[in-house]
Amino acid sequence: MKFNGPVWKFGKDIDTDAIIPARYLNTTSPEELAKHCMEDADPTFPQKVKAGDIIVADKNFGCGSSREHAPICIKAAGVSCVIAKSFARIFFRNSINIGLPIFECPEAVDGISEGDVVSVNAADGTIVNETTGATFKAKALPASMQELIAVGGLMKYVQAKLAAKA
Amino acid sequence: MGMTITEKILAAHAGKATVEPGELIHAQLDAVLANDVTAPVSIKEFEAHNIEKVFDKERVIFVQDHFVPAKDIKSAEQAKIMRDFARKHELLNHFDVGEMGIEHCLLPEKGLVGPGDVVIGADSHTCTYGALGAFATGVGSTDLAAGMALGEAWFKVPETIKFDYDGVLPEDVTGKDLILHTIGDIGVDGALYQSMELTGTAIENLSMDGRMTMTNMAIEAGAKNGIIAPDKTTLAYIEDRAVRPFKVYASDNDAKYVREIKYDVEKLEPVVAFPHLPENTKPVSEAGHVEIDQVVIGSCTNGRIEDLRLAAKIFQGKKVHKNVRCIIFPGTQAIYKQAIKEGLMEIFIDAGVAVSTPTCGPCLGGHMGILAKGERALATTNRNFVGRMGHPESEVYLCGCNVAAASAIAGRIVHPREVE
Ligand code: SF4
Repeated sequence: MKFNGPVWKFGKDIDTDAIIPARYLNTTSPEELAKHCMEDADPTFPQKVKAGDIIVADKNFGCGSSREHAPICIKAAGVSCVIAKSFARIFFRNSINIGLPIFECPEAVDGISEGDVVSVNAADGTIVNETTGATFKAKALPASMQELIAVGGLMKYVQAKLAAKA
Repeated sequence: MGMTITEKILAAHAGKATVEPGELIHAQLDAVLANDVTAPVSIKEFEAHNIEKVFDKERVIFVQDHFVPAKDIKSAEQAKIMRDFARKHELLNHFDVGEMGIEHCLLPEKGLVGPGDVVIGADSHTCTYGALGAFATGVGSTDLAAGMALGEAWFKVPETIKFDYDGVLPEDVTGKDLILHTIGDIGVDGALYQSMELTGTAIENLSMDGRMTMTNMAIEAGAKNGIIAPDKTTLAYIEDRAVRPFKVYASDNDAKYVREIKYDVEKLEPVVAFPHLPENTKPVSEAGHVEIDQVVIGSCTNGRIEDLRLAAKIFQGKKVHKNVRCIIFPGTQAIYKQAIKEGLMEIFIDAGVAVSTPTCGPCLGGHMGILAKGERALATTNRNFVGRMGHPESEVYLCGCNVAAASAIAGRIVHPREVE
């Protein structure tokens, strides 16, 4: 998997209420949720984000509630992947489980500015800032999580396991 | 090498003699929990993958608490998805309007979680049950759907930070102040991916209600779980309630901690967290002149009987300031009833407080007390993120129940002794 696109940059501790405010949690429709993606961090974001764009954020991205609506709305808004210095742990799990690619790489975050075009190679974690030419290397996912992604997500794993039991 | 209480519980549920931090394990679950915001997403996943039944009708627990009694048509539809699923799968623990309470007040009260359990909940404050000596952590809806189907979940065994709270709590300092002070000290990611083990004489002397307030907010420091080893207070609370046998674990003397942090609680005073992060804490005496429009007392952090007693003690014979709207949310029906029995409701109503049926309500900006642009609330809840209680340009300050009640009377943030 390779991603290539322009970057929207956010600060530290972007919480799940900023990503998708609770006032919109009365629906589970990804398209509806996407209309309010990142709204309380940047009210114009839902209008300006385009398919293939990349979010780059400082530390502790996705802190706060367990709402899976957060990675769901980012994915449905067309964002191809998120790069951050660190992720809150439930957001991290949720992203893996629903298939939103995320990369932890503090150096890349410091070396990328808003509007830069960035390419990411998901297989080896290489991140290239096409605008400046700088290259970075993200932390690799643990093998068991790569397996989860390879079988098509957590629920596919569950199906296989239930079938094996039956 | 010894193990921590968290490591021991995880090892036992993974069928292993020992585990080490960083190890990935599959653990058996004693209970899985979802609410009316997260369950519909889990149900969608569950049904989309044609899974026929839940792993256990008693251990899949549904609580309708966030937007019910339904605040609008869309929330009514969400609640109905959950209700229909609960009926179809004959879930024995589906708590709906009339029986429900805020999930993290309700489950311990009903004895549905106990010492030594492994519990996941599609709600970040599931970590509350650590106060009972359980390993409990929040997950998302897909993890929850998998848990509903299999009764197991994968975990990375966390490293543990040991917190030692030493000394006798000064008057006016509560469990809420201890945990706010801790988050102010280590930051909102100060325990990211880690376990917070709370120990020390101040914890030993804290009631179950006070302990639950503290473990509830472990997530606010980024932790995977917060945990307190069971003692006689725990056993006195759980023995008559537990619906299943439980097991008491304790950390070994030679258990390995990644950090040990000590606090001398005798030096503390009530704490307030300023917008927009729980780590922005100040002692209340340094809060300055902060006028408030609304005070909210309740939530899974501070909606238990002891919290209401503390608020009532301050409201007794006093009135809410004319510029302040004060709303109290008891955590469960049983707490509500107890508050009536003890005469607390009369004190609240005489003081000019609005009392609501148990619900999450304004805690997450859901309903029953949403803030307008520019308004400021003081709340005993756990999060003060941008827009948490309403308009993105409103503000939330966090505190304990005594500071909240006193400030509701004063019309601005004050130390409880200022209204005596
Ligand atoms: S009271 Fe607030 S923090 Fe607790 S479960 Fe409800 S919304 Fe979440």
